[in-house]
Amino acid sequence: MTPPAGSLLSAEQLRKAYGPTLALDGAEFSIHPGEVVAVMGPSGSGKSTLLHCLAGIVPPDSGTITYNGRELSAMNDSQRSALRRSDFGFVFQFGQLVPELTCVENVALPLRLNGTSRKEAERAALTWMERLEVDDLRKKRPGEVSGGQGQRVAVARSLVTDPRVLFADEPTGALDSLNGERVMELLTDAARSTNAAVVLVTHEARVAAYSDREVVVRDGKSRDMERVV
Amino acid sequence: MSVRQWARDLAMGVRFAFTGGREGWTRAVLTAVGVGLGVALLLLTTAIPNALAVRHDREAARTDITFSSEQLPKADDTLVVADVGSDFRDDSVRGRALDPEGPRAPLPPGVEKFPAVGEMVVSPALKKLLESDSGALLRERLPDRIVGTIGESGLIGSAELAFYRGADDLASHIDGGSIARIDRFGDPDPSSERSDPVLLLLILVVFVVLLTPVAVFIAAAVRFGGERRDRRLAALRLVGSDGGMTRRIAAGEAMAGAVLGLVFGAVFFMIGRRLAGTAEVFRISVFPSYLNPSPLLALLVGVAVPAAAVLVTLFALRGVVIEPLGVVRAGRPARRRLWWRLLLPLAGLAMLYPMIGNGRDNGDFNQYLVTGGVVLLLVGVTALLPWIVETVVARLGSGGVAWQLAVRRLQMSSGTAARMVNGIAVAVAGAIALQMLFVGVDDDYTRSTGQDLAQAQMEVVLPSDLLVATAADKLRDTEGVKAVYGYSEGYLGDRPKDPEHGTTVTVGDCASLRAMARIDSCTDGDLFAVHGAEWDGDEDMTKLAAPGRKFYVDPSYEGGPKSKEIPWAVPQGVKAAKPRKGLLAGTDRGGFLFTPKAMPDALAPALTGHAFLKLDESVADVHDRVRTAAAGIDPLADTVTWAETERTGRFDAIRTGLFVGAACVLALIGVSLLVSQLEQLRERKKLLSALVAFGTRRRTLSLSVLWQTAIPIALGLLLATVVGLTLGTVLLKMTNTPVGVDWAGVLTMTGIGAGVVLAVTLFSLPPLLRLMRPEGLRTE
Amino acid sequence: MSIGHTLLGLLESGPRHGYDLKRAFDEKFGHDRPLHYGQVYSTMSRLLKNGLVVVDGIEAGGGPERKRYAITDAGITDVQQWLATPEKPEPYLQSTLYTKVVLALLTHREAADILDTQRSEHLRGMRILTDRKRKGDLADQLICDHALFHLEADLRWLELTAARLDKLREAVAR
Repeated sequence: MTPPAGSLLSAEQLRKAYGPTLALDGAEFSIHPGEVVAVMGPSGSGKSTLLHCLAGIVPPDSGTITYNGRELSAMNDSQRSALRRSDFGFVFQFGQLVPELTCVENVALPLRLNGTSRKEAERAALTWMERLEVDDLRKKRPGEVSGGQGQRVAVARSLVTDPRVLFADEPTGALDSLNGERVMELLTDAARSTNAAVVLVTHEARVAAYSDREVVVRDGKSRDMERVV
Repeated sequence: MSVRQWARDLAMGVRFAFTGGREGWTRAVLTAVGVGLGVALLLLTTAIPNALAVRHDREAARTDITFSSEQLPKADDTLVVADVGSDFRDDSVRGRALDPEGPRAPLPPGVEKFPAVGEMVVSPALKKLLESDSGALLRERLPDRIVGTIGESGLIGSAELAFYRGADDLASHIDGGSIARIDRFGDPDPSSERSDPVLLLLILVVFVVLLTPVAVFIAAAVRFGGERRDRRLAALRLVGSDGGMTRRIAAGEAMAGAVLGLVFGAVFFMIGRRLAGTAEVFRISVFPSYLNPSPLLALLVGVAVPAAAVLVTLFALRGVVIEPLGVVRAGRPARRRLWWRLLLPLAGLAMLYPMIGNGRDNGDFNQYLVTGGVVLLLVGVTALLPWIVETVVARLGSGGVAWQLAVRRLQMSSGTAARMVNGIAVAVAGAIALQMLFVGVDDDYTRSTGQDLAQAQMEVVLPSDLLVATAADKLRDTEGVKAVYGYSEGYLGDRPKDPEHGTTVTVGDCASLRAMARIDSCTDGDLFAVHGAEWDGDEDMTKLAAPGRKFYVDPSYEGGPKSKEIPWAVPQGVKAAKPRKGLLAGTDRGGFLFTPKAMPDALAPALTGHAFLKLDESVADVHDRVRTAAAGIDPLADTVTWAETERTGRFDAIRTGLFVGAACVLALIGVSLLVSQLEQLRERKKLLSALVAFGTRRRTLSLSVLWQTAIPIALGLLLATVVGLTLGTVLLKMTNTPVGVDWAGVLTMTGIGAGVVLAVTLFSLPPLLRLMRPEGLRTE
Repeated sequence: MSIGHTLLGLLESGPRHGYDLKRAFDEKFGHDRPLHYGQVYSTMSRLLKNGLVVVDGIEAGGGPERKRYAITDAGITDVQQWLATPEKPEPYLQSTLYTKVVLALLTHREAADILDTQRSEHLRGMRILTDRKRKGDLADQLICDHALFHLEADLRWLELTAARLDKLREAVAR
């Protein structure tokens, strides 16, 4: 099988087991640059595992993942880490900001991991914080800001490296509707403006409505609804 | 508040400690292990005086050669004992030759039956050594058939090397020195030497220095898992318990851990006691049965530890408001204030100050003031350290990502960081001070032996009836011996009994004599008088060497046994010689020097033979080869290995105690560091996984963990050095000893502290790497 | 709700009499609105005419003569198509959806597929609304949110149903 033409990131026949539990059982996926794809499905269906595999966080047991013409599934851990640093961005449900760093330091962190100097990294961080309307929080620590603000800081952090693919795992899961929608708007706007692809794992339809199409994962198998309908 | 209410809340806390699910259990067990280790160390410490006392008693009970003036007549209940002890490598071997003179001769403790000639009974440790390959050289020296082992009552330690061998005809060698006739074992006049105040001071300080970090450690142990505990308490508030209740419940939880810790401690102690029987630490071994803590002290430990646990918990909760919906640290904790923290060490210094200059001669030190002062100074470390860590960390600047993560983390919770290293800082401060004190008083307790190691490294003392020349030849053939200077010596006085004037008599060939005095010309048959030797003190050799003057070789002294008292008159033609610091460098040799032909045969029985050996020390086991050769010449030959200095035995014991204790304490603290480190890592599992997700290198996170431990430790060690040097200086001044800093000791101690950090970091790396695996993200 | 498709679906499990069909329909879907037999009769005639069912036999028992109907291949295809066609998102569509789900179960089809298809259709609508909301003024936003929340409610019900499918399957099989 070959990846669909023009896709930035695609996966074929992914299989991944955690002990006796089969988390992925022949899942498929593909996303184009600038596309927002929602990954939906009941809890325990394997959607987070799909995201982790696609992002190169977890190697699949079998199957191929192709990113930008390179086979992700054949890379070793440090190559994948390097790729995550340079090409991917991440937003998690609970922000996962480093509690002892200030917000601006948190946003600058991925750039600094790439070797950018502290000053430059924090300047770039501030630009993104302005876009996500949280630049007034720069000196605050994550413990001192609200959940919605924290999540926007996390989105800024995920975008600061200008990633080609943004992985968002239940990014609004811990927020109320209003904050959730705002975060989704900012996230998708920002991603579209940089032509980044977004893999959005969510179980909420209103969040998924910010996507271009959705892929349903059930019992470790994926179903691309656009191709079916 | 009724007692019943208190009891009920405490009981509830106890129940929570054990029923809080896996998490509760883990917490309780962690606390218990921490407290248990502390308790075990406490019990061990309280047992050490007892162990030393038992060792002392056993030693006294087997004392045989007492240099007593009383000469027993031969009887059917007497025994002639000869000290035939030896050294093997770095261990000394206690040896006695036994020659019972009648059927009722006393048996030494632990021995059931006298070994016959050619037989011996040995300690279990010696038996093992003799049977091993490495003991072959010793076996050659002790060829007798092993017919039994010495029982525990005859030994002072499980690893002691000792033997009793059978002998006959020892009576003729009795000299009131290393061979004696006795009718019972045991010191007839057990020494109750007045403890030297300086030694007492040392012992006190050693105990305080060891126990303070243990206390700090226990305080830290009951706080294990504090953050989760706080969350649980918040949940309790939610269901309606008031602030006081939650505090008491928390105290109950801590108490449960502490009580369990007591049990653990007892078990650890028992295990440690057993292990102590198999281990030999710094050449001291004990039997498990020696290690019995005094019941009163044990009871005190049993009551004090749980009580302390409760108090510490309540103290730790003082700045915390537990609200139904979570734990609020009372505002942003006020910046730590310096003044009261400085007060503690200053108060300590104030307590020690009055005793400055007391020295050794001006009577005792006030034990309470010493203990109080040292404790306050050391506790001052734990008070000052959080302030220092907070202040310094707040000013730490930029650096790499790992550095930034570590510094920011420390800024957030500098208190936790400081608490973790408090124990190490206290231990190191105390150890540095002690080290200084040891080195300072070293001069007083270490005699300079004045032996010049360049000329000769071993001396063999031969029994009087042996020809030196024959022995020297045999020794010369031993592998590793480069040169042998043999001579005989004795002492003469101007009266047969209690002489007023006297000097040494030395017999040797010209080569040997030249090695100890400046002689112009020498032929066999010459007799020299050495003029102006320091060794002779004020004796005027010109008068002593006046021809015809009468002397008695080997004179007797009042209270001593009657000796040989062989008369000798100074002949004509005594040549003059000048002293030199030669073979016996450090001292010279005075008196009369005989060439062999110049010596009347009559004098021979009054002289002892000596052989000085120049060794090739690169030959393996050269010392033991010489010892074995000497034993082959005569079992009663005594070998002495020269060292430039020698310490008094008691001093060694204290030093040993310090090292053992410091090693245990640091290991203990290392474990607690590791436990809290791991706990912290577990709580950050998700965050770590997230960091890994966006590509953080393992190296970066590992480094940040290292910095996170290293920064507070570095500060702690710095403070420890300052406080340790201060305390050391004060202690030295108290003992009237010139102040000198033992930088090697400081470096060693801080090095050990740093080593602990490194070890903790290394041990926490595997779990860190495991936690950093992406599976950590998988919890939804 | 299409009575024709429902009756066809009921026939898939085996031939039935007209009265049988009415009883089965009432039991499973009728609830408070039982079917009139006339409706069954006329519906069946229309299906017969369209070749979706055939008369399997006539019984002359004690009462009036009874026709036994059986589904044809064309009928099965028709049911298949109907089930696969997503319903227009609209308020109170549950009954149609419910019918489809239960029928899918009765006929051992994957009900989850139907849910996925429906969700996809809903999302299509929601995307349009979301887009309009992002570009529109406050009034637009309010209107769109109103619709979005209703659609989301549908989907929540769908998700819940999907989660309960196993239980439902047991209940239906009884």
